[in-house]
Amino acid sequence: MTNKLTASPARREFLKKSVAATGGLVIGFYLPGAHRIAEAQAQAAKPAPPNAFLRIGKDGSVTVQVKHLEFGQGVMTSLPMLVAEELECEWSKVRAELAPAAPVYAHTMFGMQMTGGSSSVVNSWDQLRTVGAMARTMLVSAAAAKWKVDEKQCRAEKGLVLGPGGRKIAFGAIADAAAALPMPEKVALKDPKLFKLIGQPTKRIDAAAKGNGRAKFGLDLTGDDIPNLHTAVVRRPPIFGAKVKSFDASKVHGIPSVTHVVQTANGVAVVAKNFWAAKKGRDALEVVWDLEPGSKASSTELHASYHQLAQMPGAIAKAGDVEGLKGAAKTVVAEYEMPFLAHAPMEPLNCTVRVSEDRCEMWVGSQFQTFDQGTAATVAGLKPEQVTLHTMLAGGGFGRRANPALDYIGEAVEIAKQVKVPVKTVWTREDDIKGGYYRPMYVHKVTAGLDAGGKVVGWDHVIVGQSILAATPFASMMIKGGIDATSVEGVSDTPYDIPGMRASLHTPSNGVPGLWWRSVGHSHTAFAMECTMDDLAKAAGVDPVEFRRGYLAKQPRVLKVLNTVAEKSGWGKPLPAGRARGVALHESFGTVVAHVAEVSVEGGEIKVHRVVSAIDCGRVVNPLTVVAQVEGAAAFGLSAALYGKVTLKDGVVEQSNFHDYPVLRMNAMPKMEVHIVEGGDRPTGVGEPGTPPIAPAVGNAVFALTGKRLRTLPFRMDEVA
Amino acid sequence: MITVTVNGQPFKIPVAADTPLLWILRDHLKMTGTKFGCGMALCGACTVHVNGEAVRACVTPLSAVEGKRVETIEDIGNTALGKKVQEAWLAEDVVQCGYCQSGQIMSAVALLSKNKNPSDTDIDAAMSGNICRCGTYNRVRAAIKRAAAAPAPVKAKA
Repeated sequence: MTNKLTASPARREFLKKSVAATGGLVIGFYLPGAHRIAEAQAQAAKPAPPNAFLRIGKDGSVTVQVKHLEFGQGVMTSLPMLVAEELECEWSKVRAELAPAAPVYAHTMFGMQMTGGSSSVVNSWDQLRTVGAMARTMLVSAAAAKWKVDEKQCRAEKGLVLGPGGRKIAFGAIADAAAALPMPEKVALKDPKLFKLIGQPTKRIDAAAKGNGRAKFGLDLTGDDIPNLHTAVVRRPPIFGAKVKSFDASKVHGIPSVTHVVQTANGVAVVAKNFWAAKKGRDALEVVWDLEPGSKASSTELHASYHQLAQMPGAIAKAGDVEGLKGAAKTVVAEYEMPFLAHAPMEPLNCTVRVSEDRCEMWVGSQFQTFDQGTAATVAGLKPEQVTLHTMLAGGGFGRRANPALDYIGEAVEIAKQVKVPVKTVWTREDDIKGGYYRPMYVHKVTAGLDAGGKVVGWDHVIVGQSILAATPFASMMIKGGIDATSVEGVSDTPYDIPGMRASLHTPSNGVPGLWWRSVGHSHTAFAMECTMDDLAKAAGVDPVEFRRGYLAKQPRVLKVLNTVAEKSGWGKPLPAGRARGVALHESFGTVVAHVAEVSVEGGEIKVHRVVSAIDCGRVVNPLTVVAQVEGAAAFGLSAALYGKVTLKDGVVEQSNFHDYPVLRMNAMPKMEVHIVEGGDRPTGVGEPGTPPIAPAVGNAVFALTGKRLRTLPFRMDEVA
Repeated sequence: MITVTVNGQPFKIPVAADTPLLWILRDHLKMTGTKFGCGMALCGACTVHVNGEAVRACVTPLSAVEGKRVETIEDIGNTALGKKVQEAWLAEDVVQCGYCQSGQIMSAVALLSKNKNPSDTDIDAAMSGNICRCGTYNRVRAAIKRAAAAPAPVKAKA
């Protein structure tokens, strides 16, 4: 892999404006050196330079380039809100477009263009408000100059510049003049007390197109969009790491519309004029595999070996003195087991590529745009600047579309390069479920003790699981002292003030490709942490909410979320017979979420009736998004807690589609009630933090109801019965 | 050559009769609003109406729709009920990634066309075949109830 994380380009950027080819004002952050390219592109009769953030048309339309992938989390609405707040335009005039890959769109904290870590709003907070303020300042200056009055007598409001004596002019009418002015060196951002849009419930910009079939996802590209577009379907190895020994395509070539059969690094691709022919071709393909280099891992054996490793401390992630455990009056010892999980986004993976001798153009719903641009360049034998990546809407992703490995991007380029026609490589659902890059399997062992007064005196937490980051370019940055930060997050940095707490990590490898999955390490650490807190509360004879309060004295923000969820859920109040509540709390991505789940166990099934949630995500940009994301993140976590499990036998994945990898459906969706706890000057993460605490909230409710502690995910009903 | 009527327009389709309707719509007619999600009638993303009934296009061969009326998400807003459902979807801010929503809306319209005032149980029964990984189910339910309660529009716009 040639991609390298660069030092934050934000520091090297400066603001630049230009006149759009169609007139109007364009504001972007240009990189020194990229300057000339950008101007040339501006002249190429395009509506705007591709690295602009904002374009104000002569018609008054305001178009914001969204640098992050829109895959449900609402960035096509929340990011334009940041611009519009400072610009003082009318919200109804705002449009959103997905930005292509370009260094100027780099994440301001991570240095590459990417979507992840619940950080899209967080990293854009200052950047996009500044863009809006710059544009507003220039529009006001231009109007003042036109009227020959002092700028101080003018202001912007609802898409107009207003001046003394009732003067007014629309943004669109002054945009050309504004574009001719120098950029202001510095702009002041609004006092949050004056926010009109930020903090207001704002409906999604992309909703209508997603309800009438017109929204275009990556998979929806056709020959109307890209002439002569073909479709590829790939036969990949039966076990991870196996290689093609030989293949026989004689039965494939007779299938009408099949055009090519080509080998790739990881399999054999059948290319056809349409999907169905390509899939038929793949079904008819005969491949002989070299299984020797492949992984023969089996889940049962992996679990056994992980449990064995968990009996000894690993590399120290959080140093603490656990000696207090020796004199503990009561000790809780428990092991937790979490399986491999597939992301299973609704839109199966796909990537469309057109390669010529000196160019590669691709269309993909990518969470890693500039990284994937680099991957494509490497595979195509080109420079990154010869690769254009158009960001498409993605039908979910949950981390699966952020892969530093060659994966679906490299494969699609490999195919297009060989067949020399534009190709859309399409994964079937089976390819997706069997395709690896799973949330890894983990085992936790927790030994925690209480003194005679019911206070924690020691907590020894051992985590076993493969490293997500080990084989990636992020390793040097995020693996320190043998600790992959994503394996231990949520334990090593718990907000609970627990005396004598030690966390350690074993990192076995198993040949099964792993990847981040919504909430990453928190997806497993919260379960072990919050079930243990519940066990300790029980052992201490203290109410679970009250017990947690005892360890949050120095964490007023976390405590407030806990108190809010307790109050709003009616914690402690009677429930109908056969129902019980469970609480869980977790901090991730700078945000605190607590859930209270209300459950019953009927006919051998756990039924979650209602979930009440509280979230503190700092400054709220769009409360509608916050509520929707907490609902969705909880549903995603509940899906995994109730059903999610990928298992392997002798290296072969045993699941293939939604019949054997079931997910949450409407009849199992609990009623939800989300309460936002206001706090903080800046936003913190929203997309992921609702996921971690749902599994322990449900597990704790089942424990309260039945006295049975479920320590394996997904929940096993034979443990309840 | 099989003739099928999609959104009121007849098309002659020159492909094998076992080709699923889904791929006829997407690859041959370039109507990509109907989505591919599983290929096994497990997720509902490909839901269309055939003679007014909700069917999963991914497992419906072309031969099974010969001479029948197929209606897709692209045209459902031209019916009074479809328009009402789409408006309810906007009012409840249902969508997130949006990929499953064509299928959700087609299933919802089919439900409401037969049952003007569905109960929660009716909604569960009609909608549990439509998977949403973003977890928009409660909003889908709210939108169906909103559409059911909405007065009939005077006239659907063409």
